[in-house]
Amino acid sequence: MASISMTVNGKTVGGEVEDRTLLVEFIRENLRLTGTHVGCDTSQCGACVVHVDGKAVKSCTTLAAQANGSEVTTIEGLANGDLHPMQQAFKDNHGLQCGFCTPGMIMAATDMVNRLGKDLDEKTIRTELEGNICRCTGYHNIVKSIQDGASKM
Amino acid sequence: MYETNYHRASSVEDAISKMGSADDAKFVSGGQTLIPTMKQRLAAPSDLIDLRHVDSMKGITIDGNQITIGAATTHAEVNASKELRAICPAICDLAGHIGDPHVRHMGTIGGSIANNDPAADYPAAMMALNAQIATNKRTIDTDDFFTGMFETALDEDEIVTAVTFPAPAKAAYSKFPNPASRYAMAGVFVAKLKNGMARVGVTGAGADGVFRHEDMEEALKGDWSSSSIADCKVDADDLLSDLHADNNYRANLVKVMAKRAVEASS
Repeated sequence: MASISMTVNGKTVGGEVEDRTLLVEFIRENLRLTGTHVGCDTSQCGACVVHVDGKAVKSCTTLAAQANGSEVTTIEGLANGDLHPMQQAFKDNHGLQCGFCTPGMIMAATDMVNRLGKDLDEKTIRTELEGNICRCTGYHNIVKSIQDGASKM
Repeated sequence: MYETNYHRASSVEDAISKMGSADDAKFVSGGQTLIPTMKQRLAAPSDLIDLRHVDSMKGITIDGNQITIGAATTHAEVNASKELRAICPAICDLAGHIGDPHVRHMGTIGGSIANNDPAADYPAAMMALNAQIATNKRTIDTDDFFTGMFETALDEDEIVTAVTFPAPAKAAYSKFPNPASRYAMAGVFVAKLKNGMARVGVTGAGADGVFRHEDMEEALKGDWSSSSIADCKVDADDLLSDLHADNNYRANLVKVMAKRAVEASS
């Protein structure tokens, strides 16, 4: 067993977990933050994307122990009273259909803005979404949402 | 995933000592191949020794013409390095097309070459750039390092600590990704070295993993142009054949990717 401690959405959290526990399992099952989703569980779909030390990573492909001591932000940590501009943009632009991929899409989108700035063209957004799959295939409005949300961040 | 014991190494020496006291341990860096492999129960190491926090294995150093990339440097860091891009843009571009942005935040150059996946991108670059692979024990020529599919010259208790190569005069990498997995079905890294040599590393296609194409190297040494390699033969007998592409198709892809890389080289 590993004794781990990390900061999740600004709060210090910890626990005893098996060493093989995935970060997404720790977030969902120990912390009960179920906004982060498990889609494919094979590192492809990006529904599980969270930020670890400011960078988007796939939490189904990271051990909780690997993130020991890190700062983690999940979809629940974005809103500050009001929706985060990227969340609002997904709402305004009909960027979600079934909504399953949305947490990962939004965490990927805010990471994209952190790295590349607020002025994102369609081609860049589509290329940067390489690691996020929408099974409703609703990419058109996701791209629109990200472009809109980025400009308002 | 089967049970395992996680250990975080604080230094290379610490990692080696932890490896020595474990039963059947593996080193893990970004874990972007190893963790999925363990989840599928295709690997079941008793212990994992995490190298991602070893400071001496991180970062990019440029000393005149010599480039050194620490083994724990992520693909995202290689892609984003302005200093590296100024003298070897090809390696930055290659790093920016590995996996996806989230994978590139975790995956490392040392992990990629130590794993030697037959479709990984970095091994082709290491071959073409004539890199020296530094470990905790020795320095290995790239030509001696990759010994077969998922096989390298590394001992069980040996860690890649850095790679070093000279900035090339010109280089580029071109790959044909599998439309679903995005792994290379053929990827070719071409480099015109400042000593006059030309080197061509091919990934994704070889039945024994990454290889150099010496006929193309000879042709490019005389004339660095895509037309100079038009008559070079890529032997399909040595190539992978699977449901995605048979060996003859891959042989053609290797030629096409090599031509595109030469044309794109800068």
